[in-house]
Amino acid sequence: MREIDVSEVTTLVSRLYQEANFALPVDVTAALEAALSREESPIGREVIETLLKNATIAARERVPLCQDTGIAAVFAEVGQEACLTGGSFAAAVDAGIARARDEGYLRASVVSGPCFERANTGDNTPAMLHTEIVEGDGISITVLPKGAGSENMSRLAMLKPADGIEGLVDFVVETVELAGGNPCPPIFLGVGVGGTMDRVALMSKMALLRSAGEPNSDPGLARLESEILDAVNALGIGPGGFGGTVTCLGVALEESPCHIASLPVAVNIQCNSARRAFGSI
Amino acid sequence: MSDKPAILTPPIDSETIHGLTAGDRVLITGSIYTARDAAHRRMIEIIEKGESLPVELDGAVLYYVGPTPASPGRATGSAGPTTSSRVDRYTPPLLARGLRVVIGKGDRSPEVMAALQEHGAVYLAAVGGAGALLAEKVSVAEVVAWPELGTEAIHRFEVAGFPAIVVMDSHGGNLYAIGRARYRRQA
Repeated sequence: MREIDVSEVTTLVSRLYQEANFALPVDVTAALEAALSREESPIGREVIETLLKNATIAARERVPLCQDTGIAAVFAEVGQEACLTGGSFAAAVDAGIARARDEGYLRASVVSGPCFERANTGDNTPAMLHTEIVEGDGISITVLPKGAGSENMSRLAMLKPADGIEGLVDFVVETVELAGGNPCPPIFLGVGVGGTMDRVALMSKMALLRSAGEPNSDPGLARLESEILDAVNALGIGPGGFGGTVTCLGVALEESPCHIASLPVAVNIQCNSARRAFGSI
Repeated sequence: MSDKPAILTPPIDSETIHGLTAGDRVLITGSIYTARDAAHRRMIEIIEKGESLPVELDGAVLYYVGPTPASPGRATGSAGPTTSSRVDRYTPPLLARGLRVVIGKGDRSPEVMAALQEHGAVYLAAVGGAGALLAEKVSVAEVVAWPELGTEAIHRFEVAGFPAIVVMDSHGGNLYAIGRARYRRQA
């Protein structure tokens, strides 16, 4: 057993949430740079250039990349031989988010009582925490600040098995078409297929943790990702939604076994500010 | 569509508005106001009661933004556009009061498009995801109404060379539709 004080978790989460909001991941920057030569629309290229300049300014000035510093999706892998001491793990994660909001001058964008009160919690908690027990004695954490502009355009469908791949691709393309310029294209797509209604939604968000442009290790699924990417980019929405050939920078699809009667599909749209940061204890 | 950006200096007259076409680049210099969902709701309540608004809308520019808090030494934190469609239902009554320019991102309702034409106003988009860059164009940010709304309070921004693109003009032009049709192809 390895003892880990949860205050270490708080420190790590705070650092990661700030880092994610100030520094665009290198793979995302590279994907934007590569898209410049593919984009045919002059306004589209201007938008991509603006986003690259924005990333430079944000990192230099420590000003958030986007004013929507997100609701915090936190993915934790906790080693089964780690012994957590000093308090609750979930509370330590929330304390890290609250500290980051305070120290990093991030926006408090979370309300409690969404049905009636809609009162701002003031410190951007609670985090949307997903914890997995894994082998080992360490803790790995990825923080993904998720903006509402893209989250609000995300969709889920319980398709019929008979709808097949064609139905699946059509649903993803329709989701992007309906979203238009709202989710701040060029976007990334996390697609979950299979599992149950809850599982498929989580898979679609976890697919966004994969590096930009990295294909699925299964060749058939990698081809499907590529087919979806082409279909989405044929829509013409373009950077900023002003028209163009680069609407989407990458599709990451994950699948999981499902019921014989089901074909669940979830599409989690991520904006151009595809922020995430990873660290471990 | 002109290559050279049009310079807009609020308050803005109808002649300037009618000279703008979807796809034009603009640079704004002067005072603009910020408002999101909550401030819009309050403004509409005030209009319905027949009371006076905390800001003069005639010729004004309204920017849909909820900035991050300013760190020491800065006028504002990150300040990019938020999704406009959330305030679609509140927009036509404000345009009827002389509001000339609204700035956000994403599509608008047919009612907003019609109101832009009826009242001689334009909808501009700033680049979503460029909040750090856009904040550099803001030299002064002060709360002018409803500080209790926090980031959703109405702020006055003093801006210089604030860049935006005309999406919906006062003649019915819509860059989102034009642009998408131009680059759409068969998959």
